[in-house]
Amino acid sequence: MENMVNIFLFGKKYEVPDNLTIMTAMEYAGYQLVRGCGCRNGFCGACATIYRIKGDKELKACLACQTKVEDNMYIATLPFFPLVKEVYDIEKVSTTEAVMMQLYPEIYACIGCNACTKSCTQGLNVMQYIAYAQRGDFEKCAEESFDCVMCGVCSSRCPAGISHPQVAMLARRINGKYLAPECGHLEDRVREIKDGTFNELIEALMQKPVEEMKELYNTREIEK
Amino acid sequence: MYSEKFQASLKAVEAAREKNTAYEPQRMTAQQKEDLLAAYHPDYKQDEFELLKIGPNKGDKVPSQLADILQAHSRITAESVDLSAPDYDVDVLVIGGGGAGASAAIEADEAGAKVMIVTKLRIGDANTMMAEGGIQAADKPNDSPAIHFVDAFGGGHFAAKRELLRKLVCDAPEAIQWLSELGVEFDKDADGTMITTHGGGTSRKRMHAAKDYSGAEIMRTLRDEVLNREIPVVDFTAAIELILDDKGNAAGAVLMNMETKELLVARAKTVIIATGGAGRMHYQGFPTSNHYGATADGLVLGYRAGAKLLYAETLQYHPTGAAYPEQIFGALVTEKVRSLGAKLVNVNGEVFMHPLETRDVSAASIIRECSTRGNGVDTGNGKGVWLDTPMIEKIGGEGTIEKRIPAMMRMFEKYGIDIRKEPILVYPTLHYQNGGLDITEDGMTTNVRNLFVAGEAVGGIHGKNRLMGNSLLDIIVFGRNAGINAAKAAKETEVGTLTLDHIAAFEKEMADANICTETVSPKLLPDYTRK
Repeated sequence: MENMVNIFLFGKKYEVPDNLTIMTAMEYAGYQLVRGCGCRNGFCGACATIYRIKGDKELKACLACQTKVEDNMYIATLPFFPLVKEVYDIEKVSTTEAVMMQLYPEIYACIGCNACTKSCTQGLNVMQYIAYAQRGDFEKCAEESFDCVMCGVCSSRCPAGISHPQVAMLARRINGKYLAPECGHLEDRVREIKDGTFNELIEALMQKPVEEMKELYNTREIEK
Repeated sequence: MYSEKFQASLKAVEAAREKNTAYEPQRMTAQQKEDLLAAYHPDYKQDEFELLKIGPNKGDKVPSQLADILQAHSRITAESVDLSAPDYDVDVLVIGGGGAGASAAIEADEAGAKVMIVTKLRIGDANTMMAEGGIQAADKPNDSPAIHFVDAFGGGHFAAKRELLRKLVCDAPEAIQWLSELGVEFDKDADGTMITTHGGGTSRKRMHAAKDYSGAEIMRTLRDEVLNREIPVVDFTAAIELILDDKGNAAGAVLMNMETKELLVARAKTVIIATGGAGRMHYQGFPTSNHYGATADGLVLGYRAGAKLLYAETLQYHPTGAAYPEQIFGALVTEKVRSLGAKLVNVNGEVFMHPLETRDVSAASIIRECSTRGNGVDTGNGKGVWLDTPMIEKIGGEGTIEKRIPAMMRMFEKYGIDIRKEPILVYPTLHYQNGGLDITEDGMTTNVRNLFVAGEAVGGIHGKNRLMGNSLLDIIVFGRNAGINAAKAAKETEVGTLTLDHIAAFEKEMADANICTETVSPKLLPDYTRK
């Protein structure tokens, strides 16, 4: 037996089973979604949603695909938010805070209200990673922001107009490209392949009859 | 928190954990695997398939739901579209905004072509975003592209097109390097050594990862690069029909705005289909780990225009979809959970298989455990087996789960399950389309000129089963490859007069074969509204 709850989609009341997520509740109510629905698994950030439980002053934010409905939930989805994405050339960017001053100077206008962190659908410490970005500590900014799905809820709550997910995106790319340690064995292998080191081995496999390939596969040594 | 009905089985799992963690299960022999697959793998259920009656693969077997959309009416007729004044005119048209499409667009742009991406949702709404576990590349000293080749060829039942597989494994290290240089944050040790693990069926530890957000990290970086290059992205716009020219070459697509339904025409010198997979077709009624738009659109577009399919009858059921709680039913539980040491355990607390068999074998084994062997756990919404995640912390030490698979921890935490302390329930979920459009090594379809394909819409790279980590690899390698070659072909192409004559020709074939259907395709989105 299903327990039903009342929810309000954009203010309109619907009765839905209480075991549904906000997303599946919308579909139960009859919405054929085009906007506000992507991976349905909490990775893509398409389904940012703002809600309030009747009688509760606090405005909450979540991903519609990851959140169960509750009784008297007032729901407004946020399928698009106008984040500012500055264009830059990754080959030419500065790896110090100068790049932030140039591309996203508004982060220095952060008033420390912490509304971003309170609203994060992933539970990240958003204000902290912006603080790291301000200082040019991109490694820490990258680590702290890693689970960001770029849904944009933080930015919707920011009085300073910061586009936090884009700031973090820039920091992660700088970290991945310039600050993370270089990988020697990768460079070696790319060079070996270019030099043709494995050509003979590979070409032998291209010609080998399937029966011999089976033998090779079934008796291959597997690293512990 | 698991309710009372799970407690008896949970106790058995907990009691056996110490012993099970140390236990090294036997791998199956080739014969055992073959028998298991034939009896339990969904690809072998004959009554779930149909023979195609028309088109380049006439007589071939495909899943019934795929046959229905391949042999269906177009959303348009030639008369309803004015081809004389295209809304867009480009060198390279990329259909699809996932990892393959983005890689292709970046390379085509790099080669100087005028390129445009069209995608029915947003750029990044793709299975790439949801790939968790990792990307393979043989870049460690104890490994080689040849060993990678053997693993993938055997795992794919010796059916891969060897020249495609050769490209996949030989270009893999360079693909990792390309991504690194774009700023993708791979997991590394302090000295720069890649942290790599096993995947099912790998004989070397060559799985590179970015925690368990590997695909998301790759996708968001590629997206950022596409935007930096100011490559036009026409979003919420689906390609609904390919346009050919009077020479029979691909020359653009008819597009439809997903919200206003407005039709638009894009003319292009070359076209790249990068539309991804088909999980949202729910073959055989399976749940899926795929994103919302995975409805095999590219196969439909290509087939109607005359392109050939390869291995469209083989699908991958990921062995570990979430079986509980029902809100995340079918969601992916990354194979990395098993790479890190978690084993599969039945209702009685027994380890019933080696946790890192290939995906098809693992899926069949779980289905056997839950069906004829009667050792499944009743989830209230079907059956499942335990994936004993606390083993990971026993092996790797406390904190391993939070560091290596944070997304998994978060996914279950939302439903009150702490995977560091409690195991999770899993059952196979529809995950990947092994087959797709048949291409040659340059990424072009074997029989429609200037039509390129990249990513999950391609068939033949992996044979009849794909190894973990070879899909993220394939979208990068073959995405870049398609972009480079499509840009090159565009330079040598004069587009002739545009035509949609193939729609009527296909209609006639359908009529001649007595196919009566109300289905129109591509499907574009699943319909989950309550009826």
